[in-house]
Amino acid sequence: MPRVVLTRHLQRFFPTLKEAEEVPGATVRDLIAELNKRYPGFALYVVDETGRLRRHVNVFVHDEPICDREALSDAVSPGDEVFILQALSGGAGGH
Amino acid sequence: MSNQILLATKKGTLLVDRRNGRWTPRPIAHAGQAVSYAARDPRDGTLWACMDNAHWGPALMRSRDAGATWEDASRVVYPQGARYIEQLIPDPKAMEEAGKPIIYKAAALMKVWALGFGGKDQPGVIHAGTLPGGLFTTRDGGESWELNRPLWNHESRGGDLFAGAATSKNQWGGTPAAIAYGEFVPGIHSVVVDPRDSNHVYVAVSCAGVIETRDGGKSWAGCNRGMLNDYLPNPEAEWGHDPHFVTLCPGQPDRLWQQNHSGVFTSEDGARSWKRVSQKDVAVHFGFPIAADDKDAKTAWVVPLQSDQERMTIGGGLFVARTSDGGASWQSFREGLPQEHCYDVIYRHALDASGDSVCFGSTTGNVYVSEDRGESWGCIGTNLPPVHSVRFA
Repeated sequence: MPRVVLTRHLQRFFPTLKEAEEVPGATVRDLIAELNKRYPGFALYVVDETGRLRRHVNVFVHDEPICDREALSDAVSPGDEVFILQALSGGAGGH
Repeated sequence: MSNQILLATKKGTLLVDRRNGRWTPRPIAHAGQAVSYAARDPRDGTLWACMDNAHWGPALMRSRDAGATWEDASRVVYPQGARYIEQLIPDPKAMEEAGKPIIYKAAALMKVWALGFGGKDQPGVIHAGTLPGGLFTTRDGGESWELNRPLWNHESRGGDLFAGAATSKNQWGGTPAAIAYGEFVPGIHSVVVDPRDSNHVYVAVSCAGVIETRDGGKSWAGCNRGMLNDYLPNPEAEWGHDPHFVTLCPGQPDRLWQQNHSGVFTSEDGARSWKRVSQKDVAVHFGFPIAADDKDAKTAWVVPLQSDQERMTIGGGLFVARTSDGGASWQSFREGLPQEHCYDVIYRHALDASGDSVCFGSTTGNVYVSEDRGESWGCIGTNLPPVHSVRFA
């Protein structure tokens, strides 16, 4: 199954979150839904209530950013490494 | 008199305690995280912090042990199907778009901008004003939140967009305060519950105006008569106003105060009518916050800025202006406040009054407190993070 690598920043909110989790699923959306089952509330840290990736969050499959930030339909396969990271853009700006 | 102040800052929540006559900040809570608003529920003492995390989204936290520990409250989320009419920042590119079909956007929470606590007869009821312009209410102390649909679907917003296309003209414009979130959307920043009747609630919207419910949120009506908007062809238009903050006198709740983009306004009749009480000759006109006295309907405080074009102190010095006669005249107080090289801006929630105490905090991390009704000031801190809200506990 895909391996999801998670920024340590998220451990602040989910202290038992591992740095990497083996997660079943066929799309990035599936992976986040599964992580939300393991860590209730997790999904809303990464996506908003419409399912869109938050503006200052990035998801990569291997080295490539996902294409579908609206619905996270990018396919994943067993053995894929998926990274959930904060975007550097979020550190700037008015808030 | 309150012995605690809550500061919501760009770097966390600061509780400031008054002990032995000194105001001292505790170590910061939520270190490194932006907090848009923090306040204490006067009914049960719960402390609330509106988290404004740029990466991980807006969230609410609460402390039921006076700030020793904080826990997540349920997230405020817009229901599926909630839509709003896209507003374009009025720049030349947007003007080219004018006349094109309405674009509807799915609503998602950008920010909880302010909280309003229900009356004593409504334990657990808290209202949350948000970007993009929705009012949410919890009836169980934050376990679940529900969008107020009559306000969201109000005819001044285009009607029920859950059901389909707009059926009326959208009168709600965006607020520049939303641009940091990537959209030009309206925001509810003031939620004022009438202490005599918890079903009577005012909210203020940037940019639309003041709107009230007298039936617990089932119906809403604008109350902007007498308001003047210097930036509209018709200054007396029903909508399009930019209240920066609205509050009322708890002891005499028919008295409301409003610091608006176009001056300071007051109402003596429960917002049925407003009158402008700015006096540019004593430099009271533009600014963001306003605070009302607990008991005296005629007393309020503002911290004016030079102008909307020059959002900085007037002449480089900080001062607080107070009226004690309902806005007929204003007195400026400077004792204890720096009088040169000040570039402080005081955001709309960053001034508060409680009894004889008044406190404000600025974008440059300066926080001042007065215990003599604003006449002289002491400093709580000068190297604090930018201050988003100041509320006496």
